[in-house]
Amino acid sequence: MTVLEQPGAYRPTPPPGWQPRVEAGPLLPDAEPYRLLGTAAAAGISPDLLTRLHRELVRGRRYNTQATALTRQGRLAVYPSSTGQEACQVAAGLVLEDRDWLFPSYRDTLAAVVRGLDPVDALTLLRGDWHSGYDPHAHRVAPLCTPLATQLPHAVGLAHAARLKGDDVVALALVGDGGTSEGDFHEALNFAAVWHAPVVFLVQNNGFAISVPLAKQTAAPSLAHKAVGYGMPGRLVDGNDVAAVHQVLAEAVRRARGGGGPTLVEAVTYRIEAHTNADDATRYRPDSEVEAWRAHDPIALLEDAMRDRRLLDDEGVQAARESAERLAADLRTRMHQDAVLDPMELFEHVYADRTSQLREQAAQLRAELDAEAGDSGKGE
Amino acid sequence: MTTAIGADTARKPATMAQALGRALRDAMAADPSVHVLGEDVGTLGGVFRITDGLAKEFGEDRCTDTPLAEAGILGTAVGMAMYGLRPVVEMQFDAFAYPSFEQLISHVSRMRNRTRGAMPMPITVRVPYGGGIGGVEHHSDSSEIYYMATPGLHVVAPATVADAYGLLRAAIASDDPVIFLEPKRLYWSKADWSADAPEQVPPIGRAVVRRPATGGRRSATLISYGPSVPVCLEAAEAARAEGWDLEVVDLRSLVPFDDDTVCASVRRTGRAVVVHEATGFGGPGGEIAARVTERCFHHLEAPVLRVAGFDIPYPPPMLERHHLPGVDRVLDAVARLQWESEWTEGSAV
Ligand SMILES: Cc1ncc(C[n+]2csc(CCOP(=O)(O)OP(=O)(O)O)c2C)c(N)n1
Repeated sequence: MTVLEQPGAYRPTPPPGWQPRVEAGPLLPDAEPYRLLGTAAAAGISPDLLTRLHRELVRGRRYNTQATALTRQGRLAVYPSSTGQEACQVAAGLVLEDRDWLFPSYRDTLAAVVRGLDPVDALTLLRGDWHSGYDPHAHRVAPLCTPLATQLPHAVGLAHAARLKGDDVVALALVGDGGTSEGDFHEALNFAAVWHAPVVFLVQNNGFAISVPLAKQTAAPSLAHKAVGYGMPGRLVDGNDVAAVHQVLAEAVRRARGGGGPTLVEAVTYRIEAHTNADDATRYRPDSEVEAWRAHDPIALLEDAMRDRRLLDDEGVQAARESAERLAADLRTRMHQDAVLDPMELFEHVYADRTSQLREQAAQLRAELDAEAGDSGKGE
Repeated sequence: MTTAIGADTARKPATMAQALGRALRDAMAADPSVHVLGEDVGTLGGVFRITDGLAKEFGEDRCTDTPLAEAGILGTAVGMAMYGLRPVVEMQFDAFAYPSFEQLISHVSRMRNRTRGAMPMPITVRVPYGGGIGGVEHHSDSSEIYYMATPGLHVVAPATVADAYGLLRAAIASDDPVIFLEPKRLYWSKADWSADAPEQVPPIGRAVVRRPATGGRRSATLISYGPSVPVCLEAAEAARAEGWDLEVVDLRSLVPFDDDTVCASVRRTGRAVVVHEATGFGGPGGEIAARVTERCFHHLEAPVLRVAGFDIPYPPPMLERHHLPGVDRVLDAVARLQWESEWTEGSAV
């Protein structure tokens, strides 16, 4: 046995004055993802919350299927669906107070919608009319972020700034399993822990980064384990159990708000659809795997648990579905209208004041557009 | 050095994407030190399928799905190159290469220089770049100027299927780091091997005249590269109706820059327009125009003009057609050359 293979071999003579700075024990995640639905502890969840979660889950699923349909109809350039991951999206969208901030990635439109964003505005980036279709301050939702993990340091900075100002604000940042490999993930977690920033990181581990499975992404026992090295708690939760995700996030938010510092939450879930409509998932995963996860569907899990507690009946399911259909119908109607865009806006927001070069270029485009309009006018 | 494409015409790739894949395959077959690495390059074959089949044929150690970390990909490539391998790195999209800039600028580009030549960096960084495919934010950047501004890097951008093959082979064979810019919107362009594919391709650093002009009184040179080359060829066709005889120079390589081919053309035609979709201010065109002016001043009958993308962040897809320089903007620039030339001619009498 080498010294590396013997636990404790190093231990007898630590250098003088050495003290463990933090007990790693409480930081470590449980070995198994935390489940709540179907356990005795679920009895403690308020019926109101469950009803709300259920309604949003059903609406969220419908939102996903509708948005995916819009890609087929050419109304949406691309849609990274969160079908199967709705529990994470709904919990993230509902867990914050109004004054808190959400930092979503491109897959997290649903979380933003659940938080209150207009469903069409949330899709603007993906439709292609503008990079961010909403005012981030209006709902305290940062722009959907495409470069991976780059939103995480932003969340830390915002939370830090709020605390410096004496504001009682928490930031919740979402990232995928693949995104945890980026340097920005590491830097964000480290800053958050060192600054004791009121941030919660939610990793939606949906099994794949496009085609790359988790096993090729990390050799860690879980992504939640990564927290320990930074000095923050890591929590592992069943990402399809909406009550569990909500509870774990709520605790982390409470802890952050109370000055307890950041938490890393890993929600174990699955991406039922392909990465986006442009991806062919059959190249890298078997259908049987998808089917196994379909059997662990977040909506079914919640409905079963609610029916057991007699908090849901056919009527309740029907009501949620109707609400979802109204959402989908509204989305369809409004997305089938052509976006009205003014090309001159290209020069509008590059700087607070246009440079003389941009003024020149704007004049050039204006002239081109006028000429185009003139030509088409003649044709009529 | 020239690169043979191989005599087997039946297997000639039909699209630029296929040509790139074939170049990787042939390079890996020819040299066991060539390794491909990047996000999704293995099982999936890359999001553009350029690396399709390589993992199967050469094993996952030679075509490797990496963790999702561009700095890590390029940084480990540096170490691999230090140990004698030839890494070919795929960046998934132009804007996603930015996390790797620290490695690129601080190490890849200057390792040879730092080590007085002891440690070359034979790394090829493939970057699908540019717009015109309706990509959402961060999927359409033209980032060549950042690379051009960094000494120690070669910067290459093919415009034809044959060049895609030949230049990629040359890039992989190069003992210096090469930024290989793949014009996304030409990925599906079809080969016309008979017209533009010599069986041998020249080394990196040689421009080519894609369309010659006679050098008469109403001629000019369009200088371009990558995705703008087809635009220039189309503009040159259209300009014939106006009595213009336009020469089109495809640079193929931005670093090194082929002053000779460019200047020979401009001296003949007396006028030049640089066309690219990167932003104009501080963009590649400024460097090119300055070089041409410095070398051909006495031959010029008009200032060297630039047709470029606007000086704005790359726009959302629904507006990109207003940003990308198209045939009309090139023709407008050519028309401005004529005004200059009339003035010059008028003052001469
Ligand atoms: C810095 C960066 N590199 C590469 C990409 C291209 N890309 C988009 S999504 C994706 C996979 C992301 O996987 P994961 O983080 O697990 O999130 P998921 O899509 O599964 O929600 C990749 C590689 C990107 N957006 N940003």
